[in-house]
Amino acid sequence: MIADIHANLQALEACLEDAASQGASRYVFLGDYVGYGGNPATVLDIVQDMCAHGGVAIKGNHDDMAADFDRLMNYNAASAAKWTRTQLNPEHRAFLDTLPMTIAEEDRLYVHGDATAPEKWRYVTDCDTARDSLMAAGDARLIFCGHVHQPQVFGIGRDDKMTRFIPAEDTAIPLFSPRRWHVVVPSVGQPRDGSTLTGYGLFDPKTSEFTVRRLPYDIDGAALAIINADLPIGLANRLYKGL
Amino acid sequence: MAEDLLEKGMVVDGYTIGELIHRGGMAVLWRATHPEIPFPLLMKVPKLAMGEDPAAIVSFEMEQMILPRLRGVHVPKTFGVGDFAKRPFVVMEEVSGPTLLPKLKVLPLPADEIASIGAMVATALDSLHRQNVIHLDLKPSNILFRPSGEAVLIDFGLSHHTQLPDLMAEQFRLPYGTAPYMAPEQVLGVRNYRRSDIFALGVLMYFFATAVRPFGDPQSLKGLKERLWRDPVPPRRWRPDTPTWLQEVILRCLEPNPEKRYPTAAHVAFDLKNPSQIPLTPRATRTRQDGWFTAQRRKNNPETYAPAKKLATQSKFNSAPIILVAIGPKTINGPLGTALRDKLATTLAATPQARVVAMTVLRDADPSLDALPQAATGNRHVSRIVALKHWAKPLGRNDQSISYHVPEAANPADAILDYARANHVDQIIIGARAESAIRTILGSVSAQVAAHAPCTVTVVRRREWPMAEPQGETIAANAAL
Repeated sequence: MIADIHANLQALEACLEDAASQGASRYVFLGDYVGYGGNPATVLDIVQDMCAHGGVAIKGNHDDMAADFDRLMNYNAASAAKWTRTQLNPEHRAFLDTLPMTIAEEDRLYVHGDATAPEKWRYVTDCDTARDSLMAAGDARLIFCGHVHQPQVFGIGRDDKMTRFIPAEDTAIPLFSPRRWHVVVPSVGQPRDGSTLTGYGLFDPKTSEFTVRRLPYDIDGAALAIINADLPIGLANRLYKGL
Repeated sequence: MAEDLLEKGMVVDGYTIGELIHRGGMAVLWRATHPEIPFPLLMKVPKLAMGEDPAAIVSFEMEQMILPRLRGVHVPKTFGVGDFAKRPFVVMEEVSGPTLLPKLKVLPLPADEIASIGAMVATALDSLHRQNVIHLDLKPSNILFRPSGEAVLIDFGLSHHTQLPDLMAEQFRLPYGTAPYMAPEQVLGVRNYRRSDIFALGVLMYFFATAVRPFGDPQSLKGLKERLWRDPVPPRRWRPDTPTWLQEVILRCLEPNPEKRYPTAAHVAFDLKNPSQIPLTPRATRTRQDGWFTAQRRKNNPETYAPAKKLATQSKFNSAPIILVAIGPKTINGPLGTALRDKLATTLAATPQARVVAMTVLRDADPSLDALPQAATGNRHVSRIVALKHWAKPLGRNDQSISYHVPEAANPADAILDYARANHVDQIIIGARAESAIRTILGSVSAQVAAHAPCTVTVVRRREWPMAEPQGETIAANAAL
């Protein structure tokens, strides 16, 4: 489960290398491939290639902006989106344009924000928003999303009571039935939970266990790419803070 | 109503169902067998019928998450977990020994039996705690003994795993547990503190020593909260023949402020295995409860409830290790003895809650030792203890946190290793002797210890000044250039 890469090539490479060594056999991309970071074209090349080889990808709000950017956004995001558009070739744009908002497979639903209205990019940050999203998800027992940049796991029992949990890295968390679960996957390219480590999630459908992996990566390289692209310096600085 | 769908002779996921052996409040236990597993099994099936306690589902979910993650002799081995959507169950090994429940008919038990049971249960708790699980429902019916003697803890339906979602915590406002055994902070809803299990063990030992439950069996939250401010009647009031050391251990486990309890279960096991080493405090000889007025003042003082309330999420488990310092009888007063003490001091600065054991091994019939002046004055054993205490004095530790041990053995390394294994020592600090022909031939004690220890070993060598000129090496290095 790969979320919120945000054109951070160095972080993506670290995650993909680790995932391969962990035995990942299939890749799910949860949106926001571009925006903020300095390597949108290369990142999209990688994602497109992996989708051509069995991976699946859904659309994030930054991908939407890169395709159609006449919308309100903050200064940093707007500068990044404007610049990102200049970096993409028609193939990239077509890829972003045609991404689905959600994908359902087996008992799982993949969505960037939440399931109540995927095109509104709502955040799942607490038990209430997670409950709403699960209620809107129909038959899906598990929802995997990104967008928040802070990993969390929400569970809802048969009696509608919610559990909230911040997953420790490298610990397999059983997402057993009858409980339904909403998993917020960590961000690859712009962690905001106070850790500068990049991260992704491993899910094993056989055991229904989810594991968060967090890894060091070449932050200097990612920051340099942002600076070389003349993007706002704050976008480079925040990578060193994980905020 | 999943449990009613089963009957004897059915085959579920390869397991053949046998007798129904227990129908509990939350789950039903069936005997089961499997052609590839050569010993008896139990299948635990939750009660899911309408009108059953909703906690039954949640506690089964917790057990289903936690049990398969546990390892070692102190828990039943798990074999299979059934998908909740189809047929929820957990299959585990049937431990053949009895629970502690029958002991309740023959209370009070003698002190040495309580110490032995307590040490075995504490060891099992330590194993559990090291696997990030807090039991939270320790009581006689949840403790079994293997024929080989080890305590086995069962029923993890109320347990907390520090790295997994806690479904119980979010689910219920009222604390779940067994009223007589619940720790005060547990009553207030804290579920992530290992020392809550140590409190429950204290209740169990108190009950076994006196045949009286220290806090009764209250049925209301108000009654449960009493243990936060009302100290129990000291065991020696019920049973004046209770040894002072046992009362010391029991009352320390029962401290309402969790910070004042033993920091880890390994420390409890340690004391119960070494009763003569237990430093006695005023707890040991107390014969009455605090007066009514004192208790009322505690009840009305917010400070009473503060420690349980402020319990940090972060566990303090790793900051309370047991450290063994092995000191040679001939080097204790020399520079190596000083170097060992300095090393211990820096280690303690980082882990002030550590328990220290200072040890000197007496070699059987070591003639050279008899030539030492201390040994000539009388009992070798006593003189070594005196020497150890003198050595430790500059550390300024109180007697609670350091103890002294002088075993006799033909091979000091074996004595150190045996002790470290038996007492769950976390770190050994040992001195390396200077090079000598005999050391080189026989191998040093520190090398043997480092090679076979079950834990971290720090070998301290005093740097000699001035250092010998490493001439040969210099020439060789130049030649290489």
